[in-house]
Amino acid sequence: MVPTKTAMDIGSRARHFDKIQSIIEEYGATESALIPILQKVQAEYRYLPEEILTFVATALQLPPATVYGVATFYAQFSLEPKGKYVVRVCDGTACHVRKNAALIAALKKRLGLADGETTTEDMRFTLEIVSCIGACALAPAIVIDGKVHGQMTAEKAIKALDELEAAEKEEK
Amino acid sequence: MGYITIDGVKTPINDKKNLLEVIRESGVDLPTFCYNSELSVYGACRMCIVEIEGRGLQAACSTPPEDGMVVKINTPATMRIRRMALELLLSNHHGNCQTCDKNMHCRLQELADRLGVKTVRFEESRELLPVETTNQSIVRDPNKCILCGDCVRMCKEIQGIGVLDFAGRGSNVQVTPAFGKELKEVECVFCGQCASVCPTGALTIKNKVDEVWKAIHNPDKMVVVQIAPAVRAAIALEYGITDGEHAMSKTVTALRRIGFDKVYDTSFTADLCTVEEATEFLGRVAEGKRLPHFTSCCPAWVKLCEQLYPNYLNNLSTCKSPQQMFGSLVKKLLSERHNIDRKNIYLVSVMPCTAKKFEAERPEFSVDGNPDVDAVLSSQELIRMIDQSGVKLTELPLDSLDLPFGFKTGAGIIFGASGGVAEAVLRLAAAKDETDNQIIEFKEVRGLEGVKEASVNLDGTTIKLAVISGLANVQRVMDKLQKGEVYYDIIEVMACRGGCIGGGGQPLPNDMAAREIRKDVLYNCDAMQPLHNAANNPYVKEAYATLLQKPNSAVAHKLLHTSYHSRRRITGEQVQLSRTESKKKLCVAVCVGTNCYLKGSYDTLQKLSALAQEAGLADRLDFKATFCFERCKKSPNVKVGETIHGEVTPDTAETFFRETVIPALEGRETVATEA
Ligand code: SF4
Ligand code: SF4
Ligand code: FES
Ligand code: FES
Repeated sequence: MVPTKTAMDIGSRARHFDKIQSIIEEYGATESALIPILQKVQAEYRYLPEEILTFVATALQLPPATVYGVATFYAQFSLEPKGKYVVRVCDGTACHVRKNAALIAALKKRLGLADGETTTEDMRFTLEIVSCIGACALAPAIVIDGKVHGQMTAEKAIKALDELEAAEKEEK
Repeated sequence: MGYITIDGVKTPINDKKNLLEVIRESGVDLPTFCYNSELSVYGACRMCIVEIEGRGLQAACSTPPEDGMVVKINTPATMRIRRMALELLLSNHHGNCQTCDKNMHCRLQELADRLGVKTVRFEESRELLPVETTNQSIVRDPNKCILCGDCVRMCKEIQGIGVLDFAGRGSNVQVTPAFGKELKEVECVFCGQCASVCPTGALTIKNKVDEVWKAIHNPDKMVVVQIAPAVRAAIALEYGITDGEHAMSKTVTALRRIGFDKVYDTSFTADLCTVEEATEFLGRVAEGKRLPHFTSCCPAWVKLCEQLYPNYLNNLSTCKSPQQMFGSLVKKLLSERHNIDRKNIYLVSVMPCTAKKFEAERPEFSVDGNPDVDAVLSSQELIRMIDQSGVKLTELPLDSLDLPFGFKTGAGIIFGASGGVAEAVLRLAAAKDETDNQIIEFKEVRGLEGVKEASVNLDGTTIKLAVISGLANVQRVMDKLQKGEVYYDIIEVMACRGGCIGGGGQPLPNDMAAREIRKDVLYNCDAMQPLHNAANNPYVKEAYATLLQKPNSAVAHKLLHTSYHSRRRITGEQVQLSRTESKKKLCVAVCVGTNCYLKGSYDTLQKLSALAQEAGLADRLDFKATFCFERCKKSPNVKVGETIHGEVTPDTAETFFRETVIPALEGRETVATEA
């Protein structure tokens, strides 16, 4: 089950639940508004929790299976909770032959992820292994928080994560 | 009127809605998976591909016919594409055919054979997914799904529910209930119509044949069977026997040879049900209460009503369905008459229906844990069981049903067709006296049409009635009824189009053409009976004389009536609204399930939380949004601590907060300090 901690760092849930209703009101409770509504919800929670999808289905008077179908069809939607920062390691052929395996192992170690785990305890990082991101010239490549980093080594990747965390602390 | 040239043959279009239909009309069985003439066109399987002059390759199912079209069916390209599409399907299909429930009835098998596919050049690529066997009615094996979407469209378009849909993308596409849940966790009513249109073994009927054999082989058990009205029509059609009486007689012989001790007819309790329900209905009319009266013989409709229309649960007839009346009455009478423990009576029912399997396992239909009906076999399973026994039904001599529970009037038989229950009740109400035994035909309520209406004059009172079949039709009428756009005194509802003759347990094909024939079989059976008014069934009278006293008496209520409760549509978690959960806080859970939501529960929730802020109590209350407490009749519902409070509308929220929430909070703290 989805842990309750997921939304903790993004503030009180009451407010977020409130937002769902206002999102629905903003786009209108009609079938054609489903995708924009889900996009907004995804932006809000960084994933689409099952209960929220059921709520959206209720409000739009659609079968939950239809909403689930749409939510699983588009790659932009995720039904699993994701960390604040998403780290994507490319596993396309070019990156694979450039030994990205060591890179993945180092990242997992840095983030303290056990086998099968993708998101850190504190919901800050999610590690994803993806197929070719079209940056083969830069192989091995990773994407951190939407930015492509090429010719990665384990050291460079860890440094990038450290910098990200440092910047975050400064903001606070 | 136009013509199309198909393989050089000029063929009239004749108002056909697509090219595929024109081709089929011309005598060519163009193969299809995803086309079903009773549903919308999907156009995904590519089996119906043809070459049209000037347009190239086209899917015939999604091409409107045009005058002058020149079409070729079997060209090198179309044949290659068809085979390739089939090979791809086969490579993704877990083909353990010999042990599959659909063996010899599978469209994939049939077409692979017809198109001469001998090798599959692609490797099986999918990982095996778990087979769902956890509900009483339907088995779902996603590994056999070919993604034709027939079940999706059946459930959405004809039943108006939409339990199944496509999910995922690319090679991971699946047809599944929401969130990958099981059918019993979602709003499925187990009508089985999806399984009726599934071309492969992906959706099949849960099979109980082995369990029934086991009971037959157990020397301690008296094994008794009741056969539903619509089953005789299925047997007649399946074995090419022209009339239902004959089909039934041969079935009796077959079941005796298989080893059943007694063979009875559910039409007997259909008669009993008519007497009980007519009395109940006329009583409601006299009092002007609980109208419109809804019939309750269809368990799929009952479940839908429990999920969607809690406000009408009081209007459902309290009569058990004929299957359950039979179980409750006959198990009791047989155990008394033969002096055996009811646990040693094994009652099988043969039904046209998959929802009856669900109904039989509703906890209210049992006595001390012993179910009134032990096993429900669908018509399909009955045919299987006969096949397994090796008995050749068509060659068997005739035999008659056992008395007394094998005796029925024609009114009991027509229960199997849409309009039958209404007509049976009307016949009884309209009959002048006991000796009046003409067939009073109510033709307006007969036939396969989804919504039928009629007005009948009963002793000066005009009764408005509606007869509905197909759950999408039901929902359309319910919408109008709730808006006050229509009114009826009595509404007969059957989940399956045409009524139980088209039930999800009936043999395949179970299309409208088959239903039309089965319907005629039942009305012919009615015509052949000596009696047509349920009240004249001598054994029904005997049951009242010896046990039930009179219709709707206290004993009748105990044995033959039941009650209903609201039901949630989907399982799920609560949505936690405040930051942390704390034992010290008082939990206020507002239902945002469909029924409560529609009654404004969301505004109630907003109001309550605003009130909590204002009162400075926000940090002592733990707000939650939940899905359905199964008390929808009283929606909107709010649970404070452990108690559920009904009818907390946005307007009453303030009073509720003052009079219920605050005292609960104080009460809790007093207890806490004392402890
Ligand atoms: S059994 Fe009926 S309600 Fe359930 S999925 Fe199939 S068609 Fe829909
Ligand atoms: S209409 Fe008849 S066959 Fe269909 S679900 Fe209802 S009781 Fe079963
Ligand atoms: S039947 Fe035409 S594409 Fe499937
Ligand atoms: S929707 Fe069922 S109790 Fe609220």
